[in-house]
Amino acid sequence: MSCHTPVLDVLPENEPPVAPAGPGGPAATATKPMRTVALIGPPNSGKSTLFNRLTGMRQKVANYPGVTVEHHSGRMKAIGRGDLTLIDLPGIYSLATYSEDARVAVEVLTGKMRGVPKPDCVLLVLDATHLNRQLMLAAPVFSIGLPTLVLLNMSDELAARGGEIEPYALAKQLGHPVALISAAKGTGLDVIPEFLLRAGSRPDDGLRPVQLPVLQSAASCRTWATQVTARTKYQTPAASVWTRRLDRVLLHRWLGPLIFLAVVVAVFQVVFLAGQPLSDWMTEILTRAGSHAALLLPDNWLRPLLRDGLWNGVQAVIVFLPQILLLFLFIGVLEDSGYLARAALIADRVMRAIGLNGKAFIPLLSAYACAVPAIMATRTIENKRERIATIMVAPFMTCSARLPIYTLIIAAFIPNRLFLGGVLGLRAMVMLSLYALGFLAALVTARLLNSSVMKATPAPFILELPQYRWPTLQGLTLRLYDRGKLFVKKAGTIILGVTFLVWLLSVLPIHSGQFSALTDSVIGHLGHFIEPAIRPLGFNWKIGIGLLSSIVAREVIVGTLGTLYGVDPATHSLGLQAALRGDMTLGGAIALVVFFAFAMQCTSTLAVVRRETNSWKYPAAQFAYMTVVAYVAALVTNQVITRLF
Amino acid sequence: MDVTALSDAKVGSAGVVERVDLPDNVSHYLAHLGFLPGTAVEVLRRAPAGDPRVYRIDGVEVGLRNETARHIFLRLNEAAA
Repeated sequence: MSCHTPVLDVLPENEPPVAPAGPGGPAATATKPMRTVALIGPPNSGKSTLFNRLTGMRQKVANYPGVTVEHHSGRMKAIGRGDLTLIDLPGIYSLATYSEDARVAVEVLTGKMRGVPKPDCVLLVLDATHLNRQLMLAAPVFSIGLPTLVLLNMSDELAARGGEIEPYALAKQLGHPVALISAAKGTGLDVIPEFLLRAGSRPDDGLRPVQLPVLQSAASCRTWATQVTARTKYQTPAASVWTRRLDRVLLHRWLGPLIFLAVVVAVFQVVFLAGQPLSDWMTEILTRAGSHAALLLPDNWLRPLLRDGLWNGVQAVIVFLPQILLLFLFIGVLEDSGYLARAALIADRVMRAIGLNGKAFIPLLSAYACAVPAIMATRTIENKRERIATIMVAPFMTCSARLPIYTLIIAAFIPNRLFLGGVLGLRAMVMLSLYALGFLAALVTARLLNSSVMKATPAPFILELPQYRWPTLQGLTLRLYDRGKLFVKKAGTIILGVTFLVWLLSVLPIHSGQFSALTDSVIGHLGHFIEPAIRPLGFNWKIGIGLLSSIVAREVIVGTLGTLYGVDPATHSLGLQAALRGDMTLGGAIALVVFFAFAMQCTSTLAVVRRETNSWKYPAAQFAYMTVVAYVAALVTNQVITRLF
Repeated sequence: MDVTALSDAKVGSAGVVERVDLPDNVSHYLAHLGFLPGTAVEVLRRAPAGDPRVYRIDGVEVGLRNETARHIFLRLNEAAA
């Protein structure tokens, strides 16, 4: 029998329903067109891969009102049903409301979630390779009473590892249609439009499982699931040989940590070696495009406004897109392949030593991308004090917004020297040290919090280790697309706005119809006013303005510097790197990146901390603490380097 | 046929879960990963630092710290005991 035979025919048209439909309800729903489909499944069941398959590249991410659980939805265009919206519910093991994710799922499924229409039917994704456990979610989902299609994902893997399932028998047992699919390979999915067609055109057929277990009890759900799988001749697949073999090496006592380090170093190396040329190439193209476009403009006030004020600033930020995408490509590969869970296992010992939950590892790791989702992800930590400690240290992790200023300074000031026969580059090593510095600051802060105000009883560390898999091209593309879109959007809005403001203040006030020279402008005066405070750090007044403007968002400093050096006639024709080289000492340059390693230059993070902790106390403390640490560290760095070199 | 804490079972040994003595919210979560009385469990490997350890339960590999595994009890299979 083919592995992917759809089993919709468990509900043949000519067979009367097992149980009669209740009076009233069903007939009414039959005439109403379908609008919304809910996608639900346990964590690691391949739900997101399926979601991407069904919706294609267009999806919306939003937050449910009042909670921080993310809400993904998209039109099911990829299977020709653009009229239907697919809602991706959070990955959960049960509907018992211990977690916020489960509460959200229940509210959406029962139509009680504000702003989300009640779903007309449900796609339930289960991992076919451990069906016993996955079926525990099926019973509570069925009990909600919506037409449900059970999709047994990874059926190809099940077959490959010698497992067996009789989908027709399972469908009979469950009273709902069952199909074998592989979301990763895209096989078996044709059953979905077929199911949607039937669910939309037919009244509720009233089929229900013969009996459902006591839903709130895990034990009874489990017994039920075991009975069902036993009756359907389910053969548990053998353990994946490859996962065992890989884990023998990747979790090896000393090879494991060594490989972990090697992976991290390699990522930075490639981000630099491959990213820098791409970035330089983009700079060249954008600069050329900018000057060509400028020639088309009339030679009056408009030209400097557009070229120096806007184009320079935005361009200075946009050129870092290749590096950011490369970094996210690696994070994506590591996460989708299943290696990140192993990394969490290796790191747990360190996390525990500083008094953080191993679960804090995942939010902290995602803080390497951006602290905002990371702080939202701390909701999985049940213990409040541990959660707040994690929130407090998360912004020290080197987020991607620091990448532009790091790359800029390193490319301008650190020679491109290679060691160990070209394996290790000096630039990548400096970059890696900056990442290590942020991590160290997080460790020390967590330790301080833990030994003083926030002593907490540890919550358990429970971590599921998924099978190793090949990351899918589609999943990776979607990640990069999302990330790239976000970055470009930020460059086009916040960064554009701030650089425009900086440019405006750098040419005002207007004296007898002429723009001010840079030093006589509003921003020149402001810069010279604050210069004494930052001079010991090795920063000149332009850097000072950059620091002030980057309180909005870290990348802004690069845009601001691009604008300021672009407006200045002395550096007007130089690239930003060359301009900085001529205007800063090595000590000041390194002090600047050290400042950024520690400082809380991000209003979005402050806002999300305020929302998550429901108090201004924490974001205020965080901002003050991080700024002081940054100032002192930059001061020490500059003084030491200036004396040494 | 001794009942022993999961944290004390040697790597490579296998048994059947006897009981889970943990707070409700924790044991509920563990139950959904398969840690329920009657389920077969195998001690698979240690993390590089020795703790947490990885257990195979019900076809899934789960990492637990010893401080948690200490409260899960299993009846060792005779061959492994």
